Amino acid sequence: MKLDAKIPEGPLAEKWNKHKFDLKLVNPANKRKYDVIVVGTGLAGASAAASLAELGYNVKAFCFQDSPRRAHSIAAQGGINAAKNYPNDGDSVYRLFYDTIKGGDYRSREGNVYRLAEVSVNIIDQCVAQGVPFAREYGGLLDNRSFGGAQVSRTFYAKGQTGQQLLLGAYSALNRQIELGKVKMYTRSEMLDVVVVDGKAQGIITRNLITGQVDTHSGHAVLLCTGGYGNVFYLSTNAMGSNVTAAWRAHKKGAYFANPCYTQIHPTCIPVTGDHQSKLTLMSESLRNDGRVWVPKTLELSQKLQKGELKAKDIKEADRDYYLERKYPSFGNLVPRDVASRNAKQVCDEGRGVGKSGLAVYLDFADSIGRLGQPAVAAKYGNLFDMYQQITDENPYEVPMRIYPAVHYTMGGLWVDYNLMTSLPGLYCLGEANFSDHGANRLGASALMQGLADGYFVIPYTVGDYLANIGPAPIDASRPEFAKAKAEVEEKIKTLLSLNGTRTVDEYHRDLGHIMWEYCGMSRTAEGLQKAKGLIADLRNSFWKDVIVVGENEEVNQSLEKAGRVADFIELGELMVDDALNRSESCGGHFREESQTPEGEALRKDDEFAYVAAWEFKGINMPEALHKEELIFENVKLTQRSYK
Amino acid sequence: MSGHMNLTLKVWRQKNSTTPGKFVTYKADEISPDMSFLEMLDVVNEDLVKKKEDPIHFDHDCREGICGMCSLVINGEPHGPKRATTTCQLHMRSFSDKDTIVIEPWRATAFPVVKDLVTNRSSFDRIQQAGGYVSVGTGGVPDANEIPISKVIADEAMSSATCIGCGACVAACKNASAMLFVSAKISQFALLPQGQPERYARAEAMVLQMDEEGFGGCTNTYACEAQCPKEIKVTNIARMNREFFNAELIKS
Ligand SMILES: Cc1cc2nc3c(=O)[nH]c(=O)nc-3n(C[C@H](O)[C@H](O)[C@H](O)COP(=O)(O)OP(=O)(O)OC[C@H]3O[C@@H](n4cnc5c(N)ncnc54)[C@H](O)[C@@H]3O)c2cc1C
Ligand code: SF4
Ligand code: FES
Repeated sequence: MKLDAKIPEGPLAEKWNKHKFDLKLVNPANKRKYDVIVVGTGLAGASAAASLAELGYNVKAFCFQDSPRRAHSIAAQGGINAAKNYPNDGDSVYRLFYDTIKGGDYRSREGNVYRLAEVSVNIIDQCVAQGVPFAREYGGLLDNRSFGGAQVSRTFYAKGQTGQQLLLGAYSALNRQIELGKVKMYTRSEMLDVVVVDGKAQGIITRNLITGQVDTHSGHAVLLCTGGYGNVFYLSTNAMGSNVTAAWRAHKKGAYFANPCYTQIHPTCIPVTGDHQSKLTLMSESLRNDGRVWVPKTLELSQKLQKGELKAKDIKEADRDYYLERKYPSFGNLVPRDVASRNAKQVCDEGRGVGKSGLAVYLDFADSIGRLGQPAVAAKYGNLFDMYQQITDENPYEVPMRIYPAVHYTMGGLWVDYNLMTSLPGLYCLGEANFSDHGANRLGASALMQGLADGYFVIPYTVGDYLANIGPAPIDASRPEFAKAKAEVEEKIKTLLSLNGTRTVDEYHRDLGHIMWEYCGMSRTAEGLQKAKGLIADLRNSFWKDVIVVGENEEVNQSLEKAGRVADFIELGELMVDDALNRSESCGGHFREESQTPEGEALRKDDEFAYVAAWEFKGINMPEALHKEELIFENVKLTQRSYK
Repeated sequence: MSGHMNLTLKVWRQKNSTTPGKFVTYKADEISPDMSFLEMLDVVNEDLVKKKEDPIHFDHDCREGICGMCSLVINGEPHGPKRATTTCQLHMRSFSDKDTIVIEPWRATAFPVVKDLVTNRSSFDRIQQAGGYVSVGTGGVPDANEIPISKVIADEAMSSATCIGCGACVAACKNASAMLFVSAKISQFALLPQGQPERYARAEAMVLQMDEEGFGGCTNTYACEAQCPKEIKVTNIARMNREFFNAELIKS
């Protein structure tokens, strides 16, 4: 199949408007004859489900938590971008578009990103109308803050809980439609497959996480809004339940997976303390405004710190290496996320890391406290300092924080065209689960924007066009494809429960995480990736022989839930490695050691790799087929980023 | 390793909502003070699974104190001994070597046990569905800055809106009252201009749904406020009572 992104013709600023006009509309009286399935009720899913129900479609929505309000979107802290230009500091739709394309290291589509910037302003209006309590100035108008990768102040926020407040807004809109009977909400339900009839997605298979019952649901269209797959690394800042299962099973039914190896690794997270660690906690990147990053100059001093023989304050100024300030004098500690992360890894790999494990660098506020005074620092970062102390039991006002990079976001995901439709007709993908708008690196405060843009302002138009084309005749759930998909899901569950092996699901997950982090993380080589391929294949074989899954299907069984998710993560891991091998350039957060400038900086190869890598599943133990979607840049000039 | 603890856990085990439950005792050895409470349970569960026994089921997701999924009554206190802290953010350094820790689910008629420590809190969702929203559709709304809101009011609304819907307030209350949770949402909208048009209808609908779900009344013991991990204030309850009273007044 040839990949057609369906980007509308015409000037950038007119594409979306023109396209909206060209899309077919569903007759209002017919809307209630269509059923739409929405899997996932985070920002993308809740906003889509509510908006489609308002239009009159019958929506069935699903999530695996006990309430839509608990989706992982709830954890976003920093804020959401919008080109409102309220501070009058020179922002515009075009500037937001430009910053986002550049931030993505020129690996995203101009048309999509421009539309995102365009609708960003509507998102803020929508949320305020719902009663989202954004931060305000004394005059009563909305406040903005600055965020990485931009020179204007365009980030709207609600304390350090922006994701929570936006999600509760979308949840309230969803609740209203549930009350009106237009959305039927299925909580504690996990989608385990897509049903494809005559080449179109027409339903899903779910497992009720309380009773174990496996059900079929039919619909005229299926929307996957199931979030990111950062947990393939085992440790990440994602919620424990975040997984790839819905997207992966859809991939195996024909939806292409795009740029799977694009992962964002956030530089300022609290380091791992031991094997028991279950997840990592993000410390807002705003801390780098006032903290100085350093490690000792010598191995010897680092080792003493690691053993606890010395404390940070014992290291003399002359023995400290403020490596970001040294290497990047003009940006210093404020280099972008990818550069900060890669350099932290590098000094730790040299053995100069600090803390018990040696896998941490210092983020030191002593200078700022000296300059501004402790109260001023506390006013800015008090809640973050408290959180740090809560977790580490160290007081960051007195000793420097220890930080280390952690997996945070996945830019890759199911391939979608401009209408958010995957390569499987009738199957759409929204939010972090798709690959669309962030290229090889996502700027801060732009994921919340994308999730809500997709759900509130894009899908209500684009899905209508598809529905109008296929017509409102009811979907026939008695077609054998439904029963077959259900039987396959039941068979897989049975197999997992019958294995009765010797190793736990978590042990496999941790092993996979180590392999991914070591060979497919921030810094990669062809040799390492080849090695990882073999290791993951072995892990997959071992899993299906030797994993322990206790209990039965007909009960709450968290062991079974995890087993299914980890099985999919292992398969995804293999594809990520293939994708990383194929992309032998350094771009965004990914440093390919073979592709660097003489000064050791990331070297992008635009003539070879300015494309989206979309992978087609060909069967178990078969290599996936690569389809390339060329990226066409008519408005921005591709430049190599430099932060020296 | 130094500082590691050996603990005894008494955990509520219950196969499903219809089978009676009981306490079962487990050993948790070599527990590091740096572990979170849930990581300690992960370690116990890993051992159970290795022995092919059913792991202890509990709800959790973000492990950052924001999703409201985790619960647990620990030694009689919802979310454990530390104030303003959810179970997922509680660390084992709050305990000492050789401690016995009793772990139970939320106990309330309106939160039936699903399995072990997992309860069904869908009653909270139904209360929100009854009226916890501003009835605006997508699109066609005014520019965000056309609705100025004083910073004081916005901050106060934000304080109420930080409720994570965990249900600890219900678990803490001897009457299993949900007033703190419900009043937080009613307050958020009663404070904001966007909430005014439906102000009284909302308060009435949410309170009636709360009663229908079988939550108890409030007798002003303030156990809810003391145990709320997000420090939601009982002044919200006073505001809710006022809103409900006015709603009835307007109707009559
Ligand atoms: C700690 C942290 C901080 C962040 N801060 C910011 C920030 O400040 N600004 C910003 O823009 N972005 C931020 N992000 C990123 C952003 O929060 C996410 O990318 C975004 O919220 C994802 O939204 P979503 O709707 O796509 O998915 P999610 O919110 O992850 O929702 C996924 C939904 O899918 C459901 N689901 C998944 N699989 C299945 C299945 N098989 N069956 C049924 N249901 C399923 C889940 O139940 C859930 O409802 C942050 C991320 C993290 C981890
Ligand atoms: S009021 Fe507090 S205790 Fe009650 S649900 Fe909200 S956050 Fe939890
Ligand atoms: S797990 Fe999310 S609040 Fe505790």
